[in-house]
Amino acid sequence: MNGRITLAHGDGGELSHRLIQEVFVAAFGDPSAPMMDASVQLVPVYKLAVSTDSFVVKPIFFPGGNIGKLSVAGTVNDLIVSGAKPLFLTCGFIIEEGFPLKDLNIIVQSMAEEAAKSNVNIVAGDTKVVERGACDGIYINTTGIGSLIEKSQPKISGITEGDSVIVTGTIGDHGIAIISARNELGLQADVQSDCASLSVMLEDALSSATTIRIMRDPTRGGLATSLVEICEDFDITLELDEEEIPVRPDVQGACELLGFEPIYLANEGKAVIIVGREEEAKLLDVLRRHPEGANAAVIGRVSGTGKGQLLIKTVFGSTRRLHRLSGILLPRIC
Amino acid sequence: MLELLKELHSPKLSQALLGEVITLADAFTHKFNRKPVFMEVCGSHTMALARTGLKTRLKGHLTLVSGPGCPVCVTDQKSIDSMIALAEGDNRIICTFGDMMRVPGSRKTLMDAKTEGKDVRVVYAPTDAIGIAEKHPDKEVIFLGIGFETTIPILAVVLKEANERKLTNFSMWVTTKLIEPILRYLLDSGEVKIDGFLLPGHVSMILGTEHYEYLAQEYGVAGVISGFEPVQMASSIYHLLKLALNGEAEIVNDLSSIVGANGNPVAQRLMQTYFNPCDEEWRGIGSIPNSGLDIREQYNHLDAKLKFEIPAIEVRKTKCRCGEVIRGLISPPECRLFGAACTPVQPVGPCMVSTEGTCAAHYAYTRED
Repeated sequence: MNGRITLAHGDGGELSHRLIQEVFVAAFGDPSAPMMDASVQLVPVYKLAVSTDSFVVKPIFFPGGNIGKLSVAGTVNDLIVSGAKPLFLTCGFIIEEGFPLKDLNIIVQSMAEEAAKSNVNIVAGDTKVVERGACDGIYINTTGIGSLIEKSQPKISGITEGDSVIVTGTIGDHGIAIISARNELGLQADVQSDCASLSVMLEDALSSATTIRIMRDPTRGGLATSLVEICEDFDITLELDEEEIPVRPDVQGACELLGFEPIYLANEGKAVIIVGREEEAKLLDVLRRHPEGANAAVIGRVSGTGKGQLLIKTVFGSTRRLHRLSGILLPRIC
Repeated sequence: MLELLKELHSPKLSQALLGEVITLADAFTHKFNRKPVFMEVCGSHTMALARTGLKTRLKGHLTLVSGPGCPVCVTDQKSIDSMIALAEGDNRIICTFGDMMRVPGSRKTLMDAKTEGKDVRVVYAPTDAIGIAEKHPDKEVIFLGIGFETTIPILAVVLKEANERKLTNFSMWVTTKLIEPILRYLLDSGEVKIDGFLLPGHVSMILGTEHYEYLAQEYGVAGVISGFEPVQMASSIYHLLKLALNGEAEIVNDLSSIVGANGNPVAQRLMQTYFNPCDEEWRGIGSIPNSGLDIREQYNHLDAKLKFEIPAIEVRKTKCRCGEVIRGLISPPECRLFGAACTPVQPVGPCMVSTEGTCAAHYAYTRED
């Protein structure tokens, strides 16, 4: 589709109607469904989980994904790591006047594809158009509703010394892909973002392993920041082994050049899971059967309770404490 | 390349070397009845020593004092204020290294200026500023050039490019520092007793090993040129201990794969062509004669200090002790602001901001609480 978004596409009139029909309904839903101001869904649920996220990533298209794919994967992942099966998504678009319709279609199409992978329906949406210069191309908000998986909830209360910390694949890919795609740092790394929905893999994990204590998706702030939060929230000490953390060689190389640490770089298709040691091998096996989990690895252990510290073993055999990310200048990575 | 890097990160090799280092350090203590004291001159070493855990493991056996080699940290407050003031003028694009963005000025930071709507851009390669100037002929593009001998040749290349392309809207604000005058200052002052210097590999690549002979010959202090990976640093400290134990003052090149006796003559020539020695102000120290380089007269048209008028700013006094930290007189926790009023999120002094800063290294890697 050619053409560009105009302010009239957002005025609620004829052009808005056409945009909704030809772009959004065409991709997300059945155009013959009754039109109301809210979508009505029949939901057999145990408990609901709700999550919302806004996406302003720059650039809009990057190796391995685009803002649309990211907006679905990001919210789906927030639900599934909370132990909820994603059911519905709503999406709000804020689009800059002049935005190419062709690009909008690509974005919407990849949202539909990503939603289909997770078996989640996009059931409500909104579009606003702002004048040229008032936003940078397109921003998307998605809200996800999921149903807590009754039989296999992560149970933090079971956490014990010796439990295993597992990450589902290489870390830092998204951060380096975005930096590289922005072409600002003179870095040209051939790294794809890991942007992916994890619900199929993690549902499988939850139904296979009964001793999963907690799951998180380490997005902004990276693996280290997510784990620091877990340590502080639940007053446990985790000890990571730097050598075991999977990092792609080109991500490692880019980090050496730019002075970044992979454990602080954003991921958009990874989960970190704490599981009972007895189920470590089984869970790794389950994760590795999925393409998103092919490089899953055990990266550390729960080493104690009461202190709330994240520690990492150094090459010299000492441990040092890891803190939250502070001070990297990397805005708009998601 | 990555294979080599892996070897230089090897826990087995690192820990074996560490054992040797500790044995020698304890022998030194036994022989001289005090612990050996070495200074790592460079901020990148400060960071790497803390990050790899080497500093922690050596605690109690030898003292590693951080030196004055972090370019942001040694920049005096007045220069920082001037650079921020420069960003406040209209119709300008300020290009800077990322480290400078959050360095606190007396009134604000470059980041604050950006938030207020000024065009302040972080560049990784200083030559990017040339491209920006060509793209925006209607704006004045000013590059904030700070650094030691590792960076100065690159600044020279930028001046060369700007000059050859006859750019009229590009200029550079320069406050550079040289390594020799500050090491002489520290040794002359006698404020800290140093048994040897861990010398930075990248500066040495430019200067060459012979440049450091004054340390051994005039001051009787040893120096070892070191890389930044765990195995390299442990190896260089091992060499320093050997020299200190035997009372030998020598300059040892422990990075001979990339550092030569005479350094990089092309880089040295570039520095001489575009820069002149000048007196420089150092944070917490004051002016040291001929301790920096300024743009040569024939390139005055590229000198932002001559092109723009900077209003006088009253320098705000804080209790920040960065000046003592960079002279190796105190370690960061001895400053009352450290970790409380001064953190990477809300820094008071530059040592807490810079990725090479001693306080930042301490805060990120060796803080226990």
